[in-house]
Amino acid sequence: MIEIDIRLRRPGFTLEAAFTAPEAGVTALFGRSGAGKTTIIQAVAGVVRPDAGRIVVKGEVYFDAAARIDLSIERRRVGYVFQDSRLFPHLSVESNLRYGERRSRLSHKPIGFAAVVDLLGIGHLLGRRPHTLSGGERQRVAIGRALLSQPRLLLMDEPLAALDEARKAEILPYLERLRDGMGLPILYVSHAVDEVLRLADVVVALRDGRPLAIGPVADVMSRPEILPVIGRFDVGTLLECVVSRHDGDYALSTLTFAGGELRVPQVAMPIGSAVRARVRARDVALALARPEGVSVSNLLAARIEAVRQQEGPYADIELVVGETRLAATVTRESVDRLTLRPGLAVWAMVKSVAVESRSPDFGGPG
Amino acid sequence: MDVLLTPDEWTAVYLSLKVAFWATFWSLPFAILTAWLLARTRFPGKGLFDGLIYLPLVLPKVVVGYILLLTLGARGFIGQYLDAWFGIKLIFSTAGATVAAAVVSFPLTVNAIRLALEAVDRGLETAARTLGASRLDVFISITLPLMLPGVLSGALLAIASALGEFGATITFVSNVEGKTRTIPLAIYSATHMPDGDAMALRLTVVSIVLAFGSLLLASLVDRRIRVLIGRT
Repeated sequence: MIEIDIRLRRPGFTLEAAFTAPEAGVTALFGRSGAGKTTIIQAVAGVVRPDAGRIVVKGEVYFDAAARIDLSIERRRVGYVFQDSRLFPHLSVESNLRYGERRSRLSHKPIGFAAVVDLLGIGHLLGRRPHTLSGGERQRVAIGRALLSQPRLLLMDEPLAALDEARKAEILPYLERLRDGMGLPILYVSHAVDEVLRLADVVVALRDGRPLAIGPVADVMSRPEILPVIGRFDVGTLLECVVSRHDGDYALSTLTFAGGELRVPQVAMPIGSAVRARVRARDVALALARPEGVSVSNLLAARIEAVRQQEGPYADIELVVGETRLAATVTRESVDRLTLRPGLAVWAMVKSVAVESRSPDFGGPG
Repeated sequence: MDVLLTPDEWTAVYLSLKVAFWATFWSLPFAILTAWLLARTRFPGKGLFDGLIYLPLVLPKVVVGYILLLTLGARGFIGQYLDAWFGIKLIFSTAGATVAAAVVSFPLTVNAIRLALEAVDRGLETAARTLGASRLDVFISITLPLMLPGVLSGALLAIASALGEFGATITFVSNVEGKTRTIPLAIYSATHMPDGDAMALRLTVVSIVLAFGSLLLASLVDRRIRVLIGRT
């Protein structure tokens, strides 16, 4: 268990965060810039000292203001991956990787050099200098360097933020392997919805230095209160699904969730695989009767649970499909025209579904 | 050897190089420490300390020499104990000339190293600490190598300026042939001799060659190291 309960006051900024993160898997600290995400992991690393509170990682007290405990950075054994890699320019890739490994005081090093080099695919870079690497390669080496210091937990501060889409796509599978294969808790700072959905198990959504919502990713990312963090454009529902059928003729797959089915472009995963499907609220349209003659293939019978009128043109509709909640965004004008109200039976037309793979094809040995 | 310079002149050149080298050698660790104090720490009286370090740069060198004489001279308040306790006599000695050269070139060295230190990315130092390195370890394994170009160019600058030291040396340790008569002092003496023009001219050429050589070396070393640490 990773217990974080810290308060920190700076001019124009107050951080008050208390939450626990599990000892395995990825806990995403999610929020816009200035929300306090980075400050939290800096406090865990010992780079920033909170004014009050406690930080305990797997039973070891890193910081306790009341007991005057403040472990020095080098004794906390955290692997810190920075947004800007911070590889040592005067050392080769291999020396960078060995830097933390050499300084680890463990007699038996559970994370081996060969395993890390293999996991991150950096074997061909060992003799190179950091300034000759691409951004993506640099970040992989930085992750390897952090891992080889034999950390008790991994802190990742927007490791993909400085990279373009192609480089991100290059690194994400490695991060998934890391999550699935290393059994190391990861605190992952991000402001990108897609990264969080793909990597996180638990999400701590932050705003203005305070947690807005804490919990499993599917739960938190669907809650209306984190709308200000996600933004209207991206707000939506995350559905935990199972691949139930493939339809080769049309290159479609059918995903089953508690309450219904979704047809999506074929996913490259065997039947029975668990996947996450994300439905954005603005991609859900409503009809009072079963629509005929429409191209949308995902029609779900739903009941309206709540209608929340927002300022501006939109209203948030909370639907129930079987046992599953689904968010929809329609205009306020539509609410009045169709007299949408709680209890009403409607048809939800899902125009687009994004499948967030948990990519078992990259799963490590764990 | 005698083809180029007379034995007296060779003595002066050799002495100059020796004084400049040892002055730089001994002042370098102190210069690194001072640069680190100025760049990385805060303490009461830092402004005064900063001023004191740079004072020899702006004071007339004769004044610096005279202050050395008052403090480290035979009857100086430090000098008398150096003599009584350790038998060290700085006056009229090569060691004294070395001290004078070190004091005068010190601010230049500190400044070069301080600039190099301030240019080191502190984020790299933080990264090293998260990887398990103590503060001292970080300084030795990360900070020092990254500021090395600055340290070396500072050292070469110190050597070049020590080679040219005149005022402090002649005031503090006088002009003793073979002991304190470095190239500038030898040129000065030559200009006072009836037929010293040729000697003064030859030593002037030597001075120009040495000064130019150390500047050239400084930029060469700097470029080499930048390539080595990937900072091109």
